[in-house]
Amino acid sequence: MAGKTLFDKVWDSHVVSEIEGGPSVLYIDRHLIHEVTSPQAFAGLDKRGINVLRPENTIATPDHNVPTLDQHLPIKDYLSSFQVNKLTENTEKHGITLFGLNTPNQGIVHVVGPEQGLTQPGMTIVCGDSHTSTHGAFGSVAFGIGTSEVEMVLATQCILQPKPKSMRINVEGELKPGVTSKDIILYIISQITASGGTGYFIEYAGSAIRSLSMEGRMTICNMSIESGARGGLIAPDDTTFKYMKGRKYAPEGADFDKAVAYWKSLRTDDDAEFDKEIHFRAEDIEPMITYGTNPGMGTGITQYIPREDEIEPSNLKSFRKSMQYMGFNAGDKLIGKSIDYVFVGSCTNGRIEDLREFAHYVKGLKKANNVTAWIVPGSKQVEKQAIEEGIVEILEEAGFELRQPGCSACLAMNDDKIPEGKVAVSTSNRNFEGRQGPGARTMLASPFTAAAVAITGEIADPRQVFGILEPEKAM
Amino acid sequence: MAIDKFTTITATAVPVPYENIDTDQIIPARFLKATTRDGFGENLFRDWRYDKDNNPKKDFELNNTKYSGPILVGGKNFGSGSSREHAAWAIHDYGFKVVVSSFFADIFKNNSLNNGLLPVQISEEFLEKIFSAIDKDPKAQFKVDLENQEISIMSTGEKEKFDINPYKKECLINGYDDIDYLLSMKDKIEAFEKTRVKPYTY
Ligand code: SF4
Repeated sequence: MAGKTLFDKVWDSHVVSEIEGGPSVLYIDRHLIHEVTSPQAFAGLDKRGINVLRPENTIATPDHNVPTLDQHLPIKDYLSSFQVNKLTENTEKHGITLFGLNTPNQGIVHVVGPEQGLTQPGMTIVCGDSHTSTHGAFGSVAFGIGTSEVEMVLATQCILQPKPKSMRINVEGELKPGVTSKDIILYIISQITASGGTGYFIEYAGSAIRSLSMEGRMTICNMSIESGARGGLIAPDDTTFKYMKGRKYAPEGADFDKAVAYWKSLRTDDDAEFDKEIHFRAEDIEPMITYGTNPGMGTGITQYIPREDEIEPSNLKSFRKSMQYMGFNAGDKLIGKSIDYVFVGSCTNGRIEDLREFAHYVKGLKKANNVTAWIVPGSKQVEKQAIEEGIVEILEEAGFELRQPGCSACLAMNDDKIPEGKVAVSTSNRNFEGRQGPGARTMLASPFTAAAVAITGEIADPRQVFGILEPEKAM
Repeated sequence: MAIDKFTTITATAVPVPYENIDTDQIIPARFLKATTRDGFGENLFRDWRYDKDNNPKKDFELNNTKYSGPILVGGKNFGSGSSREHAAWAIHDYGFKVVVSSFFADIFKNNSLNNGLLPVQISEEFLEKIFSAIDKDPKAQFKVDLENQEISIMSTGEKEKFDINPYKKECLINGYDDIDYLLSMKDKIEAFEKTRVKPYTY
């Protein structure tokens, strides 16, 4: 019998039962909830007259809808405030831990989980949010769910789920200077397309992946969903264990050692088989940027937007629509395009490592006058660290302001909307039409590239702007 | 709590012939502030349907009165992006019972099935045939037969089979709800919990 993949090991150990010809009943260890996709689920419980089965397995935090300025004041937008209050009400009623607004642990749910040690190897983790895939960086099976499924988990701690197919993406070799984890994942999606992962759960492997920090791994797993994949995961190793140690909700002492012994078994067996396997070379990747309206429409920053004759005929209609929306022409050179906004933040790149990197490069320089920049920490914890490490001052001297934590312009549910027709370089994960505000035009890139754009006011190759050969990790 | 039972539908269809329609287009984030499931149909495809002064955009298919019916036909890779179930609610609330495409995003598919909205995944060739049938005659009829897992173009008699998980099919035909099923398994779930000991429970 062939061996098991990491995904199989975690999934199979959580199957309560299987329905013939149907989905598995999968037990969920950790359920994260936020204000936007949970109210209807709680209302459903009320309607059925039932309670949350295991309130201790669920953690809540408001993030999507919160302002990023003046968080100490009541939320002005009535509907946002209603939704955030509803979360407080529902969690109080059902005895669920809430990291509320203005408390030290609040933040974007996918930033909070790992930094609090709630995310651990071998767990099943779900959240009513597609970027739950982020938590796979720890070797957990983590995926986004809809609100009916949130209700399922609240009611029964289980979910009905068909087992996805398995894919392994190997990135071998050494990254070139100036190439970051965000570039790896944008590159992968540009190669396999925005639907290439649909139906699969991806394991990322290879020396280039193993060399990444936990933050870097989270950025990769975070964007798995942008290839359509159900989720992505990476086998836990010493980097993971080191990160886990001492976190608030992580096991301690002898329990930690026991846990590590178990976590070490969480790896794909040598003879395991995947439904699909893809290989990339780290050397082929350069700093990436997107030019279109789905995350698969990306290319190396020194490259050109494809010409129409390079587009598949069936895709031409969508491609033209996309170019029209972006105000770009097929065949355009990317470098030198003028940019209006820079957004650094989100569950993809709003962690402390991202802010450190951005600050490291803008230090002693000045923000370009034509650029409005929003730098938004992923959590209260990140904000605190940024203050303690002097990142805030570096940013201020360079003409930037650190806002308060939340999803912010990643999905523009609050006031942080990129105005119609304006072009933003964003470290978030989606460049869909209107994602960052009605009519907003989004180009996705790494914090390193965002720094170059913020300083020059146009699309620029960060390696040139900062004259680096070896990007010093700003640790 | 039951969902609507699904039977056979024979009806006209509305085309949205674009690839990669993501859930941000289906229902933009700024309309996700509601705390109930109702009323999302009003903002279905909001930014494609209306300009910034709230005037209907003439060139968008949903605003074209020649198209109508409970079947929505989308281009390849429908429902990608955000997991928001509000997208399925919006489509259902607008009056659609079926969404046809050559490829669906996984979460969207689950969300639809959980709300009595049937995702019908067919080959790209058959999708093209459906688009061209609507092109030729906006009143062209299509039959979606869940029992036999078949979609037909009435004018030409062409048919194609589609896949659906047998369990989900049962649920849709009978109007069953997953949560009721899971609640009925409570003893089994509790027994499973007892088998889980440290360190697996971390
Ligand atoms: S930061 Fe963006 S992608 Fe991440 S959870 Fe918030 S809205 Fe979703």
